[in-house]
Amino acid sequence: MNLLLFSLFREKKRSRVVELTEKMVVDGGNGRTCEWEGRWNHIKKFLERSGPFTHPDFEPSTESLQFMLETCKILVIGAGGLGCELLKDLALSGFRNIHVVDMDTIDVSNLNRQFLFRPKDVGRPKADVAADFINNRIPGCCVVPHFKKIQDLDETFYRQFHIIVSGLDSVVARRWMNGMLLSLLVYEDGVLNPSSIIPLIDGGTEGFKGNARVILPGMTACIDCTLELYPPQINFPMCTIASMPRLPEHCIEYVRILLWPKETPFGGVALDGDDPEHIQWVYQRSLERATEFGITGVTYRLTQGVVKRIIPAVASTNAVIAAACATEVFKIASSAYIPLNNYMVFNDVDGLYTYTFEAERKEKCSACSQVPLDLHFSPCSKLQEVLDHLTECASLQMKSPAITATVEGRNKTLYLQSVALIEQRTRQNLSKTLKELGLTDRQELAIADVTTPQTMLFRLCFTS
Amino acid sequence: TMAATKTSKEQKYDRQLRLWGDHGQETLENAHVCLINAIATGTEILKNLVLPGKQTWLCADHNVAGTDESIILIDFFLSSDSIGKNRAQAATELLQELNSDVSGNFVEESPDKLLDDNPEFFHRFTIVIGVQLPESTCLRLGSVLWHASVPFLVCKTYGFIGYMRLVVQEHTVIESHPDNALEDLRLDQPFAEFKSHIQSYDLDSMDKKDHSHTPWIIIVAKYLEKWLSEHNCQPPKNYKEKEAFRQFIREGILKNENGIPEDEENFEEAIKNVNTALNPTKIPSAVEDLFNNEQCNNITSQTPSFWVMLRAVKEFVHNEGNGSLPLRGTIPDMIADSQKFINLQNVYRKKAIQDVAGVSKHVESLLQSVGKVCFQFPLCKNASFLRVVRCRSLAEEYSVDSVNKDEITSCMDSPDSEMVFYLMLRAVDRFYQRHSRYPGVYQVEEDISRLKLCVNSLLQEYSLNVNIKDDYIHEFCRYGAAEPHTVAAFLGGSAAQEAVKLISHQFVPFNNTFIYNAMSQTSATLHL
Repeated sequence: MNLLLFSLFREKKRSRVVELTEKMVVDGGNGRTCEWEGRWNHIKKFLERSGPFTHPDFEPSTESLQFMLETCKILVIGAGGLGCELLKDLALSGFRNIHVVDMDTIDVSNLNRQFLFRPKDVGRPKADVAADFINNRIPGCCVVPHFKKIQDLDETFYRQFHIIVSGLDSVVARRWMNGMLLSLLVYEDGVLNPSSIIPLIDGGTEGFKGNARVILPGMTACIDCTLELYPPQINFPMCTIASMPRLPEHCIEYVRILLWPKETPFGGVALDGDDPEHIQWVYQRSLERATEFGITGVTYRLTQGVVKRIIPAVASTNAVIAAACATEVFKIASSAYIPLNNYMVFNDVDGLYTYTFEAERKEKCSACSQVPLDLHFSPCSKLQEVLDHLTECASLQMKSPAITATVEGRNKTLYLQSVALIEQRTRQNLSKTLKELGLTDRQELAIADVTTPQTMLFRLCFTS
Repeated sequence: TMAATKTSKEQKYDRQLRLWGDHGQETLENAHVCLINAIATGTEILKNLVLPGKQTWLCADHNVAGTDESIILIDFFLSSDSIGKNRAQAATELLQELNSDVSGNFVEESPDKLLDDNPEFFHRFTIVIGVQLPESTCLRLGSVLWHASVPFLVCKTYGFIGYMRLVVQEHTVIESHPDNALEDLRLDQPFAEFKSHIQSYDLDSMDKKDHSHTPWIIIVAKYLEKWLSEHNCQPPKNYKEKEAFRQFIREGILKNENGIPEDEENFEEAIKNVNTALNPTKIPSAVEDLFNNEQCNNITSQTPSFWVMLRAVKEFVHNEGNGSLPLRGTIPDMIADSQKFINLQNVYRKKAIQDVAGVSKHVESLLQSVGKVCFQFPLCKNASFLRVVRCRSLAEEYSVDSVNKDEITSCMDSPDSEMVFYLMLRAVDRFYQRHSRYPGVYQVEEDISRLKLCVNSLLQEYSLNVNIKDDYIHEFCRYGAAEPHTVAAFLGGSAAQEAVKLISHQFVPFNNTFIYNAMSQTSATLHL
């Protein structure tokens, strides 16, 4: 695909710019004026001067700065390691209308990198504390917090933003966001209306590695197009955990998965990885099991790491990846340069290494291809096989798909896991064949899952 | 009772302790870091050191915050309250606030004045980081730090370009934490204890349960023994022979009463691992190079511990090691029952401990011979991954006699390579020397031709036969020496991690110039 020329500047700005007749003086909320001569000098050089590497749509003007300061609305998803950095970077790049969504509260282990938080903030919602800090430190900036899950907000909310940038820590959440933005796309006579596109800049980090990518929903590769880049989490086989442990991790998993439900300590509550007493209990029992088998290496730190599936994290990697993402937000909002096309990988274990490439759209992507995907099964296959395919297939990786179909003119739920009562009622369908369930060749199945806000359509193709 | 109560520091630093361990954390906390110039790039670097626990630092800046107001609002660590205060003081106060376990100091002096009055001032630091230093200051400071053996990290954000230069004479890395290390299994040269361990296995007489839960290492070792006896002691070497060997193992899979092979995952693992398992054990060339170093062969009472340990390893290799490094002692997880796996693991562990003892004896005798005392550190386990980084000095980079012309001209064969940004940064430094300002700060058009003169004089002085496109000259005027926050932040993260590497001697630093191009989100490491 040729280099994408997406210009937010042209598509959105022209229709929304506010005419300003005088030099802006804005009250920063505490009585101070927050505009003074030279405040945005560093940024103006990129907005008011022509140059040889700018986006073809770029026109030097004073309007872009006003657009960025006054009109451009950015959504930051996540106020954690990447989120804190993103908020700072955006605020210091001239963006003032920023919203941030995060469902978490602050934990002590966040403080080594999530620098908008202090020990006194532990327990408070991340979004609220982050917004307060930025608004106080940077005059004129107005960050609006949302202490919510992304799934609690609807399309009216998301539609108001020019650009969305995410620093999430879960693939499921990313896919959901991806699906939401795809659902906002408007097609007129089969042609995509560019002003319905909301660019998604996505960043991810793990230890000393990270990546930043630019997604233009409907135009470039989406999250699901490159699902294989996120390999499914490997869990240890049950027989190893149950009877043949070899590593300290096996001992810890034994206690977490088998022993805890059996012995129900602390009054039968669920294991809470954030409760030091729970971890201490698991640690002691894991030590016992390890000793039984002659295994060394069980430590408190390892125990917590395994139970909570901890991913090591450090301030520097988050700073790098968030900065790269924020640079892309700036480029798209201002057209100062052609945006990243479309994926950058970073690793500073040995020296510093980056690799930039164009992730390709998948023709049969489960999220962004507009045609229902084909599912090939024999009519004698059981519904369970279809379910297994949806969860295990590397390009689908669904979590708990709910399957509905039109059977004999009526909408029928074939299987739904997330509501106990319905799960019980439909469980028997899993062992029935597709033919027995009344399904016909070429018919559509509607499948819902946490990985997408919209129902996905699949077409059932019977094989002989 | 909570036998393992975690201190609040351990909790706070948990996520990074899993990367560099408690010993790495200690070096980070105790190192003495000096940052020169409290502008955005600098404060971002410090932030990324303060957050993970850098306990003390010194910030040197003679400028007052507010003389260039635009600087305040690209810098997170200056606020409008900072106007009128010395920049270093203002930044230090806001940085200190990030982490209650730290406290920084500041000095209201320019580096030039410090160099004039008291160059030894800089000798006390573990590392000096200089941001947006003019060329002359950089070279002066570089020379002082080079002779004091203090690592110097030079950083610059210039428009949409980030630049870092590491200047360190010799930096040793014991724990490089390589991403994809090959296992040290010694299947091609089994040690005595391993041989006798596999003797205790008789695959043909095992019941199914034991057979299916025998570690693949044992399987490969057993089949290799048979193969060697049938092939004149020659192991499988080419693809054809390895295929035959794999088939040989496959035939060993148990069959049921109908002659159909059973499901033996351990045998599948063995077959899959044949390729790497048959890799000959050898000393990595990087380590051989270290063995041939002057410092390794010439141990005196001044020799740093790293080289004493390395020499001891070399002695081991040439004696008890029979040409091999001390055994690493770890094996990967594999399908096996607990007992068989642990027993096998212990065979490797015991041998590794033996080898460490052997190396220690050499350490002792070396130290005795020069009358010195040192302490042990985990060098043996990492013997294959030892690295030494040596950077050229700034004097060498800038001297007409020793400039790395080859590197520059070969990179510039592609005229859009990141090397062009390095040359442009040198050219704008030249512009600053001539005009006491950077190009494009006020006007773009007029400065383009002036900058072009600087470019040409630079290329001429160093006899560099390369062509720099006009577009880049225009672009570097357009930048007007701006320091956009996102580029400063990228560099802030990168530089901070390099500083952690230099302080902790874990992970490998870059050598020696890093260029980041935020326009295309690409980067390169150049050797200048």
